[in-house]
Amino acid sequence: MTDAIASFGAGRRPVSIHTDDAAKARLKGRYRAETWFKWLGAAAVALAGLFLVLLLSTIVTQAIPALRLNYLTLPIDLSAAKVDPAKLDAVNYDAIAQEALAAKFPDVTSRQDKRLLRGLISTGTGVFLRKDIAADPGMLGRTVNYAVPLDDFADLYLKGLLADVGSDEAISTSVTPSETSGDIDLTFGDDTMLALARGWGATEGENGMLTLTSGASSLLVAFNGGTVKLTALSPGANGTAVAKGTVIEALDSTAPAASGQAFLRVIDTPEASRKISDKEIAWLDTLKSAGLIESRFNSIFFFTGASREPELAGVWGAVVGSFLTMIVTLAIAFPIGVSAAIYLEEFAPKNRLTTIIEVNINNLAAVPSIVFGLLGLAVFLNFFGLPRSAPVVGGMVLALMTLPIIIIASRASLRAVPPSIREAALGIGASKVQTVFHHVLPLAMPGIMTGTILGMAHALGETAPLLMIGMVAFIVDIPGGFTDPATILPVQIFMWADFPEAGFQQKTSAAILILLVFLVIMNAIAVILRRRFERRW
Amino acid sequence: MKKFLLTASAAALALAASAGYAAARDQIQIVGSSTVFPFTTAVAEKLGQSGKIKTPVVESTGTGGGMKLFCQGVGENTPDFTNASRAIKDSELETCKANGVTPVEIKVGFDGIVFANSKAGTVVDLTKEQVFKALAKNVAVDGKVVPNPYKNWSDVDASLPATKIEVLGPPPTSGTRDAFVELVMDAACQKEVKAANEKGCGEIREDGAFVEAGENDNLIVQKLEANSNAFGIFGFSFLDQNADKLQGHKVDGIEPTFENIASGKYGVSRSLYIYAKKEHVGVIPGMQEFIAEYTSEGAWGSEGYLADKGLIPMPDAERATWAENAKALKGMGS
Repeated sequence: MTDAIASFGAGRRPVSIHTDDAAKARLKGRYRAETWFKWLGAAAVALAGLFLVLLLSTIVTQAIPALRLNYLTLPIDLSAAKVDPAKLDAVNYDAIAQEALAAKFPDVTSRQDKRLLRGLISTGTGVFLRKDIAADPGMLGRTVNYAVPLDDFADLYLKGLLADVGSDEAISTSVTPSETSGDIDLTFGDDTMLALARGWGATEGENGMLTLTSGASSLLVAFNGGTVKLTALSPGANGTAVAKGTVIEALDSTAPAASGQAFLRVIDTPEASRKISDKEIAWLDTLKSAGLIESRFNSIFFFTGASREPELAGVWGAVVGSFLTMIVTLAIAFPIGVSAAIYLEEFAPKNRLTTIIEVNINNLAAVPSIVFGLLGLAVFLNFFGLPRSAPVVGGMVLALMTLPIIIIASRASLRAVPPSIREAALGIGASKVQTVFHHVLPLAMPGIMTGTILGMAHALGETAPLLMIGMVAFIVDIPGGFTDPATILPVQIFMWADFPEAGFQQKTSAAILILLVFLVIMNAIAVILRRRFERRW
Repeated sequence: MKKFLLTASAAALALAASAGYAAARDQIQIVGSSTVFPFTTAVAEKLGQSGKIKTPVVESTGTGGGMKLFCQGVGENTPDFTNASRAIKDSELETCKANGVTPVEIKVGFDGIVFANSKAGTVVDLTKEQVFKALAKNVAVDGKVVPNPYKNWSDVDASLPATKIEVLGPPPTSGTRDAFVELVMDAACQKEVKAANEKGCGEIREDGAFVEAGENDNLIVQKLEANSNAFGIFGFSFLDQNADKLQGHKVDGIEPTFENIASGKYGVSRSLYIYAKKEHVGVIPGMQEFIAEYTSEGAWGSEGYLADKGLIPMPDAERATWAENAKALKGMGS
């Protein structure tokens, strides 16, 4: 090109082929438009990428806490006096675990506090204990160290999701308590505490009296082996400060704690703004510093069914339900879809009727999925009398929804097989059926498989059609067959997002991650099939 | 390949067809109100954990939808219980009876409907009349019925803040909405509005000041957190669970607390029910166990686990009466 231009202008100064100014301006305009378009395209891709990263990172950061669960190890007394080996089912295992916990805090005597303390461990403790004893009767007859799951609020607190808690700081003055338990007076050696309390939102009253209400941060003073929560402070004689406090954990003695021997812990979030009280926080911290609390892989989440208690809720029931539903969908949609595609593409005459069928199949692929749910309700449940909430019905409804997708994909890949293959087969005397099943179909199979897997992945993420046939339900038992009540992963996510308990937020994100993993695996299989087996002509 | 495919699909269809005529159902099915759902599921789970029966399946279909399924007839393809956030309507009871269904009514407790906003928002002290004036479609101004002219809370009453009226609430399909209309809008209806249109009291404005937020109460909570000027209307259990983010407001001078709703002082509270199908007792295993568990002190008592979930228990005497009725399976209209 450049040579041609050079030879064209041989002997003369090389000139541009764009001679007049208007043409040059137009050229410049065209280049500008191209640059603009490129930049806009790149910006659109970048924006989409940004949203994807944002979405994924939010889900992942929210999901991570759900992958671990805090367990509390308690010495549980399973001696014959508590558990009668002959009547294992009649034993109140929850009460045994609660007694073991209460033994750790002998000072907790009031009814309300006992209730609060009991609430620290999961209500499912008894069920786990019963199961483990049934599996290993060797536990009976002695005291065993047994790890019980913590309640959702305790668990969330230990994960740092419920309250902002500062670290312990040594108090640079002496502290003298008046009593070891109940509501007591504390005397501080100087008035530094007053300034501190003011800084943490104490209400100023008469005579310099500072009151720490439930709307202010909580100030806990730990010394002499116990913890005191400050409720009010006022200046004392000779530059000292006098505080009123409630003992949360009993002190060993009324001896004064020297400067640096007492520690102040500030819980930044006011007590009124969190779902866990100062007492529970103090108990949990004590248990934790005693090394009794341990964060473990949350096997409950992965291997149990649904529950109303966030710490006991798992996805396994929904995963099994999804699996059963998908098997039914595949068993119905794949053979019917592929057969229909083969007939329409290879055998059916091209006339008005087949054109109408074709158009309708394409339209069916665009029908909103809830319509298939209504169809399922009317036909499968009301007319055929199939059971509600069963994977077999869910699978059939989803199969109806996936059929058009499979038919369209299969027809496209059948059409992509060149006519020369068919002609060669027919030419050597194969029948039409032999041609299709021995030559055309095997060559079209990778494309058909890809289309099917993508259709299944689509079906896996559907909730709306199942709403009508009762699969959006609270189902605890793991389904054991096609007619057992079951739910599926997207429904589980939808239901967890709707529960009021805070612990379900993390579970929701973790379940979304699991669903995404399944979808990515299915799509990856589709890509591999296409890359390895698809032939192009 | 083809043979395999044909056999597989034939097997699947045969399986599907036979499923409907399988042996009698051995698991309780429950449908109905999304308000009662959290409580019924808790009872179902507890019962399942005890190992006595299979854990009942609980669906959340809304009170109306649940009644429709429940009253459809007798047989294992119909649910055994339905949850309701209001008492059964006469028309529903008639449908039930026509289809041979005898419902056993069990009142399980109360739920308060609260007005709440984000903790960052202002605290207000509302009266039912103010709420009516702020939310009704038509209100009386100087004796004449006109479309609601109020834009700001301060227009309704000078004591209220000068912020835009923005309320998120339940849609008409919700039992919470029915109860809200009955307890607030009808109760505080202006006589001019009532005279102009018998049903005008229950009509809520549609000019954007009231936003129907869907059945998902968690969504309302999130929206309120994001917008501190907006108010929300929802069940007490959601306020209870989100006490760290939301604050409830006084209605007619009474704060929406557990104690006030339980004692009946708080004016905007309703009763929650479950209905059992008498015909299924003895046919579907576990019906009586489920009723016994629901009406046990450990569940619906003042210290029971349902109270932890946000259900407000009935007074002791009332609980005793309802428990007795439930135990005796006293059917309605029989």
